Amino acid sequence: MSIKDKVAIIGMGCTSFGEHWDKSASDLLVEAAYEALEDAGLEPRDIQAYWLGTCASGWAGISLSEPLKIQYRPVTRVENFCATGTDAFRNACYAVAAGAYDIAMAIGVEKLKDSGYSGLVITPPPGDGTAPNYSAPAAFSLLAPAYFKKYGLDPETGKLVLARIAYKNHKNGALNPKAQFRQEVPLEKILNSPIVAAPLGIMDCSGVADGAAAAIIVRSEDAKKFKKDPVYVKAISVVCGPGHGALHQDFDFTSIRETYYAGLDAYRQAGITNPRKEISMAEVHDCFTPTELVIYEDLGFSERGKAWQDVLNGVFDLDGELPVNPDGGLKSFGHPIGASGLRMLYEMYLQLRGLAGPRQIDNPKLGLTHNLGGFPWEAVCSVCIVGKETG
Amino acid sequence: MAGITAYGAYIPFNRLDRRRLTEAFGEPAPPGEKAVANYDEDSVTMAVEAARDCLNGLSPAALSGVYFATTTPPYREKQSATTVAAALDAPENVRTADFTSTLRAGSTALLAAADAVRADGGSVLVAVADCRPAAAKGHFEQLFGDAAAAFVVGTENVLAEIEGWCSVAGDVLTQWREAEDRYVRTWEERFITSRGYAPLVTRALASLAAKLQLTPADIKKIALYAPSPRYHTGMALALGFRQDQIQDGLFDRVGLAGAAHAPLLLAAALEEAEPGDRILMVTFGEGAEAILFRATEKIKDFSPRRGVSGHLASKKNTMNYLTYLRWKNMLDFEPPRRPDPDRPSVPAMWRNARRNLAFYGSRCNRCGTPQIPAQRVCVHCQARDEMAPYRFADLSARIATYTIDHLTFSHDPPVVFAVVDFEGGGRLLCEMTDCDPGRVEIGMEVEMTFRRLYRAGGIHNYYWKARPRR
Repeated sequence: MSIKDKVAIIGMGCTSFGEHWDKSASDLLVEAAYEALEDAGLEPRDIQAYWLGTCASGWAGISLSEPLKIQYRPVTRVENFCATGTDAFRNACYAVAAGAYDIAMAIGVEKLKDSGYSGLVITPPPGDGTAPNYSAPAAFSLLAPAYFKKYGLDPETGKLVLARIAYKNHKNGALNPKAQFRQEVPLEKILNSPIVAAPLGIMDCSGVADGAAAAIIVRSEDAKKFKKDPVYVKAISVVCGPGHGALHQDFDFTSIRETYYAGLDAYRQAGITNPRKEISMAEVHDCFTPTELVIYEDLGFSERGKAWQDVLNGVFDLDGELPVNPDGGLKSFGHPIGASGLRMLYEMYLQLRGLAGPRQIDNPKLGLTHNLGGFPWEAVCSVCIVGKETG
Repeated sequence: MAGITAYGAYIPFNRLDRRRLTEAFGEPAPPGEKAVANYDEDSVTMAVEAARDCLNGLSPAALSGVYFATTTPPYREKQSATTVAAALDAPENVRTADFTSTLRAGSTALLAAADAVRADGGSVLVAVADCRPAAAKGHFEQLFGDAAAAFVVGTENVLAEIEGWCSVAGDVLTQWREAEDRYVRTWEERFITSRGYAPLVTRALASLAAKLQLTPADIKKIALYAPSPRYHTGMALALGFRQDQIQDGLFDRVGLAGAAHAPLLLAAALEEAEPGDRILMVTFGEGAEAILFRATEKIKDFSPRRGVSGHLASKKNTMNYLTYLRWKNMLDFEPPRRPDPDRPSVPAMWRNARRNLAFYGSRCNRCGTPQIPAQRVCVHCQARDEMAPYRFADLSARIATYTIDHLTFSHDPPVVFAVVDFEGGGRLLCEMTDCDPGRVEIGMEVEMTFRRLYRAGGIHNYYWKARPRR
């Protein structure tokens, strides 16, 4: 069973990401939705069903139907931590593939800058208050000392590897007019940024931003009626883990199992056996620099224990063997949770159609997107693979 | 024969060098340092730690009572002895009681425990802890320290028999704190010593001496409460004791530990006692109490896990005065741009009490994997509902990985969070306390300690943290 080549994207929209003080979540949804509609050459009435991904910027499908004035059509609100946007896309794809609808929209939004808090704040359900109150960077920084120790990196080398990842993503983001941060950042500045969760400095962390992105999905056989160069879905995997790493001593914090298993499932669906060679480019969940480091190994882009060398050798640079985060990543875009997965697909959609401007990668065939929500020991992970041709 | 069958102590890891007070105010301070409860410690957590030191492998299942004595209970209405009993994993049918509102609370609790075991047998644990609040720049701030002591009182395997006791009541206001008072109040020292402390203590000892036909020469050590170091030595000498009979008051290393002070000195005396030695504990507060103990042969067979001497040696005294003020909640710091903690859900606390207080997880009957929190479905073999309770509180553990979080809110930033792997299996991601972030490393040995996570909505939320092995 596979979703491969069953559905295609015929239109996308993506707002700029950043501090949209003058726009509400509704404003962002209207912008992303209409950009996607115009791109597909469709009217609002053409969309038969919607999946709205938002983690905390609204409840129920009404959060979308009210601003868009949707005329009594199905809207499903999806929440799955940082995989929210991709899971909205997954559900829209499945509904179209199943024949329940001919045309569906997946749209994701997050309005984070209204909270006034630093970092992400997600209100948990009432509990006994004993859950450790670590910040998100602290949770992901647990990967760093474990990885350094296992593979024999001294702290300086380890820190340099992490900084090199942030450097690459900002360099790519500087070429992207929709990014929150559009400047290259010198390696020295990254290395010396104030410590947030040792060894991570503030420049090892993605930003907090507002944004929205949308995709319109039809069955592959219909795609060319709408668009001469649609983008075909090759695989979608969403994996949730058992929280193994927080309970069991055999988890060593140098890998995130949900990423590994989601990758495995996606490669099976797409028929990929050598991801390093077959994947042309990837957008991965660089919430914090050590996350991106272990993703390389979990997705099979690097051998175990070798990702750090690949980073230093520029393998994942825009002009490298396997460019990762060509649009600048979460590092340059911030992470409006519900929107990020669709923002990543938007970059693949541009790249596969040769429309990525100064970031354009030479003739890419397959693009991979990856989101990771939760924590290294207890996560939800999504992996999508899209391509410019069927077959 | 009723008496002490086990004893232990707890002195917080952190000490304030009194030179920090001199630097802060430009006025002389007494010599030495004082023990300071961390921001996550209170009288309840210190009582639990002292009790764990005391039990040191003894089964809590044998306890028939748990008494908690303090002048600084967390609640005005709600018993704390139940929290102490639950954290120790004492059986459900245990008698619990709080003894409070007086500096004599510790000795009163010990006498009540002795009465109970004489009448009904059994073993009663008495945990005494105090962290009295003192206003900035004052004499009490210089003097007060935080500490705890614990004893099991029983009739079998007694290591220090109670030979006699005497209580004297005297309703004189010397030091007091109304419900709304933040700090201890006092009348002038010359009045409280000349019309309160000295006559009441003298009367209690005279009465006890007459009852037992004993003189100071028959006593090995006197564990004497005193309102200050000056009166400690002065009173003992005036009562006819020699300098070498006075148990060190620990004023320069712990400070005056309120209701726990004389009990702490008693524990210290027991650590060095030989069979046959008589130790006299004397407390004061709206009266005076004297209890005479005599060590038995069994004293040689017992030692607390760390005791007074072990805890005295394990310390960090580099804290500055601003940190002290912050921990004592005496200085308002700018709040972080993060939400305040929600008040914990009482039903959730109740459901999880066995984990949160006694620190139970579960162990899979099928594959043997320990896990905390307790699981319904095994993390290793996925067997459903085949778990047995498994207690992690006293297991040693090592750090698998860690982080130093500068972003999360704390009264003592940065916060170290560690993934700790327990000896014999099981893992927990938890907060660390009493540690130097710069020294934490993978593989470091840690032990669990009972702490107060935070207060919200008038609820004190207790749980366990890891600390480097003391």
